[in-house]
Amino acid sequence: MELVCPAGNLPALHTALEAGADAVYLGFRDQTNARAFPGLNFSDAEIATGIRRARELGRKIYIALNTYPETARLAHWQRAVDRAADLGASAIIAADLAVLDYAAKRHPGLPRHLSVQGSATTAPALRYMHERFGIARAVLPRVLSLAQVERVCASSPVPLEAFAFGSLCIMVEGRCQLSSYVTGASPNRHGVCSPAAFVRWEEHADGGRSVRLNGVLIDRFEAAEAAGYPTVCKGRFAVRGEVFHALEEPTSLNTLPILPKLHAAGVIALKIEGRQRGAAYIGQVAATWRRAIDRLLAAPADWQCREEWMAALGRHAEGHQTTLGPYHRAWH
Amino acid sequence: MQLSLAPLPYFWPRAATLAFYEAVADWPVDLVHVGETVCSKRRELRSADWLGVAGCLAAAGKTVVLSSLALIEAESEVGALRRLVADGRFLIEANDLSAVQLCREAGRPFVGGPTLNVYNHESLRMLQEDGLLRWVPGVEVGAAQITELRAAYRANGWAFPELEVQVWGRQGLAYSARCFTARALDLAKDDCGFRCIEFPDGLPLATREGEAFLRINGIQVQGDAPIDLGAAWDELQALDVAVLRIVPQSPADTQAAVERWRTAIDSRQAPPPTGEPPGFWQGAPGRGSGPIG
Repeated sequence: MELVCPAGNLPALHTALEAGADAVYLGFRDQTNARAFPGLNFSDAEIATGIRRARELGRKIYIALNTYPETARLAHWQRAVDRAADLGASAIIAADLAVLDYAAKRHPGLPRHLSVQGSATTAPALRYMHERFGIARAVLPRVLSLAQVERVCASSPVPLEAFAFGSLCIMVEGRCQLSSYVTGASPNRHGVCSPAAFVRWEEHADGGRSVRLNGVLIDRFEAAEAAGYPTVCKGRFAVRGEVFHALEEPTSLNTLPILPKLHAAGVIALKIEGRQRGAAYIGQVAATWRRAIDRLLAAPADWQCREEWMAALGRHAEGHQTTLGPYHRAWH
Repeated sequence: MQLSLAPLPYFWPRAATLAFYEAVADWPVDLVHVGETVCSKRRELRSADWLGVAGCLAAAGKTVVLSSLALIEAESEVGALRRLVADGRFLIEANDLSAVQLCREAGRPFVGGPTLNVYNHESLRMLQEDGLLRWVPGVEVGAAQITELRAAYRANGWAFPELEVQVWGRQGLAYSARCFTARALDLAKDDCGFRCIEFPDGLPLATREGEAFLRINGIQVQGDAPIDLGAAWDELQALDVAVLRIVPQSPADTQAAVERWRTAIDSRQAPPPTGEPPGFWQGAPGRGSGPIG
């Protein structure tokens, strides 16, 4: 079972490898990936350095090219596929049909992983991607229950990777236009969600704060209240006269308690979310999962979800809260 | 130019749904999409019922399309879709890649629905190879992108599929594994009591300062304000849009929109203006407020 960790820069990449990541995924410094944030991501030279280091350790580097290019920008994404191949990436992670098709035809030896942004939730959808583009792996959207994951694993034509830990998109990946609706900046097209350039904080006389996204009031906080980043889905809104987190409360996914079940289901890789997070997050989260996975593989029958692992992960969770999320039926 | 009715996004009682489509049989629309696209738990009408509705509409002279779920999670849902594809009497609107693949495996053509992610000419071309006959662009695909797609098709000498564009109604913005209606009522999704049936026009969501913002519709989130593409009439002609699509909400509002757009098609004149074209159409934020840099 492979541990796939995020990196937004070279120090994070080194940290992830040192902490025991089997593979590190990263992106170019443009809109070809779904974390196109200012100050994040890699130059070609940095990727080359990262790939050299990973090879020395017998590990892998995956390059995420998982946004959807419009017609006029497709050539840029195709060049990005070429660059990934030239740099010697172990795989690309993509979602757009044209990007996958180009990679399959031009660089057949470069493995293609279907990104979570591809929203493939069923065996037929996975068959489509496999027959059409010869994908070697697919990342499952964070919408399926454990029972559904088990069934998709049993019927999928390709091995599956599942999200293990990190911030939780409440919406189906690749199917959310809320940021685009409010700001025009689209996760699918621009690789960003509710970007900081559209965020405006307002201080109130009573010490409270309001936060707007391109003018839309996303939330208002009391003086003593912790304020989170204002994506639309994590705001508080009025529904039927009541103000609450109408879509989602800030929380992180944590599947550690069901690790043996994911393993038994045949999930071949576990993905940690968080290319936008710092090296401290990646180091501690990766190390914790490394220990848990190693212990499981060494002695599956004796495996127990340890309190110190959960505590370590909890410290890095959004709002210091974690959930099994979609894997747990009651969450739906 | 033809007029189509998109699938009903809301959950109405069986009798209300049947009465709606009975009325639609007499409305001046050419195409009618039927079927549940939002939540598989909604079962006031089962597949067989939808096929019955489809049969009645076809008998009334409508071209009927069966629309598939935007999010398929369970094997049972795949099975239900497979049976609709196998039925073979009606074209399928594929709203995810499962539906594309089932049509492809059965050798049946399909309509590419708005929740397939198609942003460029080569992706669209591949779906055409798979059997796509008509394409409904996603909500954030605007006039400029369709223009680019058409130009790329011309440059390659390819035949563009029939183009169907939503001209009226609320826009579906997001889908989730969770149910926001159940959440608003403090219910678990597994024990939701199908309460979205109480909100035939969705559940309004406003900001904390009372600005109408979104509509909750089960696992779907919509924009609150219905769009109207009347002001883009000339662009719709220039882009050679073949089918104008109306997304249903309350029967009275929907019927008024159908009549307004029918008059425009028949008279070959823009419908009376109702303000600026919607944001996404202009390459701006969907809810409006100017283009971004």
